[in-house]
Amino acid sequence: MMNPSEPLNANPTSTTGGNDRPLFDAGVKDYSAAGRYYYDIGFQPSENHVLAAFRITPQEGVSFAEAAAAVAGESSFATWTTVWSDYMVDAARYCARTYDIKPVPGRDDQCIAYIAYPLDLFEEGSLPNLMSSLVGNVFGFKPLRALRLEDIYFPPALLKTFQGPPHGIQVERDRLNKYGRPLLGGTMKPKLGLSAKNYGRLVYEALRGGLDFTKDDENITSQPFMRWRDRYEFVMEAVHKAEAETGERKGHYLNVTAGDVEEMYRRAELAKELGSRIIMVDYLVIGFTAFASLSKWCRANGMLLHAHRAMHAVIDRQPHHGIHWRVLAKWCRIVGADHVHNGTVVGKLEADRASTVGINHMLRKDYARTTECIGYHFDQPWLSMPGMFPVASGGIHVWHMPDLVAIFGDDAVLQFGGGTVGHPWGSAAGATANRVALEAVVQARNEGRDILAEGPDILKQAARHSPELRAALDTWKGVTFDYETVDKPVLLTT
Amino acid sequence: MKTETFSYLPPLTPEQVRKQVRYILDNGWIPGIEFTAQPGPQNTYWTWWKLPLFNARTPDEVWAEIEACQAVHPDCYIRLTAYDSSRQVQAMSFVVSQPGVTT
Repeated sequence: MMNPSEPLNANPTSTTGGNDRPLFDAGVKDYSAAGRYYYDIGFQPSENHVLAAFRITPQEGVSFAEAAAAVAGESSFATWTTVWSDYMVDAARYCARTYDIKPVPGRDDQCIAYIAYPLDLFEEGSLPNLMSSLVGNVFGFKPLRALRLEDIYFPPALLKTFQGPPHGIQVERDRLNKYGRPLLGGTMKPKLGLSAKNYGRLVYEALRGGLDFTKDDENITSQPFMRWRDRYEFVMEAVHKAEAETGERKGHYLNVTAGDVEEMYRRAELAKELGSRIIMVDYLVIGFTAFASLSKWCRANGMLLHAHRAMHAVIDRQPHHGIHWRVLAKWCRIVGADHVHNGTVVGKLEADRASTVGINHMLRKDYARTTECIGYHFDQPWLSMPGMFPVASGGIHVWHMPDLVAIFGDDAVLQFGGGTVGHPWGSAAGATANRVALEAVVQARNEGRDILAEGPDILKQAARHSPELRAALDTWKGVTFDYETVDKPVLLTT
Repeated sequence: MKTETFSYLPPLTPEQVRKQVRYILDNGWIPGIEFTAQPGPQNTYWTWWKLPLFNARTPDEVWAEIEACQAVHPDCYIRLTAYDSSRQVQAMSFVVSQPGVTT
């Protein structure tokens, strides 16, 4: 209890401590000032530092050193002015440090700053906590014209606090009994408006025709024209019927994205009850906390998880500001889904080839090296965390099959939505055409043929035994999407 | 029945199967032969024809085992598997023989 006789405003107004020296060093200092740690070129990060590479565009008149130090400071320990309570903690222990700066080829107004963060800054197993520091307020910091997180390295001590994909590539293959080829999927179209019964018909036709998976669109949840429960019931009847007819395991990604997490669980529970093998979620839209919870639910309930990346281009498409897709993809593996959409290179959506291949490696390999993962700045050991299937989707059709198999390899899901449902004889024929094309290309590759050079011949040869493929080849002959990529990878000179 | 890789292509000829075996052996994978009378989505474990062929060196010797399996189990589906012991995963699986289908 406060002594009532003590005046409420007892602080002296003097700024000195009984001598002529100030009580503390108040005021504003440069972030890169000597004696602060934010700009510490040559600092050797320990094995426990989280490392980040930022592309920085300072405002005019702000040096790279000051801008980089500001990013390190504002994303870790610093406040804009000195505060007395700074003196109660060991700043050296908590400061992030810019330990290297590299130029961006062709851009004298930008640099790449490499920043090391002490492990103590982060809570175990919490991506939101890490994001609040690294991609938090610092992105609105006025002295920067633009800021982009290009890559991040998770040290083993932090990585091992996450569980990653609920199942991973091999467990999924074993559960589905599908080996030695990419998996084949298709998004049901039109996206919106079908009744549950008609929607189930689309699923049934595509699966019986030869797809492994069908998929809800990302914006199908539970609208007035088709409530989720009705969709789940009709779709699962379709899946089971197609499995019985073909003798093959199949799945439909039931989208459980909902307005709140409790509702999401309710939908996931029914999917499980109906015997679904897989569910899907829009992982960026629902946020990383909800995503982590759903990932854990999937692991606990033996359910595969497909992650759709709706909203990613808002965050990652601007080359100078935001978060690169390669980081969002890495976070998806760490928090944990079994599939995530990646670019197609040849389809209708933005993605250059080198970046797409690099991200595929990062999603699948146990030790991802920058020499293979083009555009990444850090090697990333995954320490046996399961790999995940990249999903190629958006504007792809049978003619793309040789390219897709060459680019993606076996451990991928190739999704043909319009390329299945748009077949002139309907979705079952469209599915068969895609499956025949896929298997013919895989067979040819295994026989040692050059599937890129001989691709069209391989497809035409396969079409001799498949009228469905013949019709698909005729329908989509010459359909391409050749546009300049907006976000090209920065290739640093080393 | 439309299950397993290559099931949407015409049944593979012995020569085509040998080429896939070549691919399996060149990758350093272990071929294996499994058979069942009742394939289906609920049937994970088909019966092994002997152990996986750990010491197989040529497509011919693997094909000879497939033929031996066919002779003993003419009413069964037979599939060829490949196992990658360095990654510790199954790498391939496809049907090489179906009852009543000759190539």
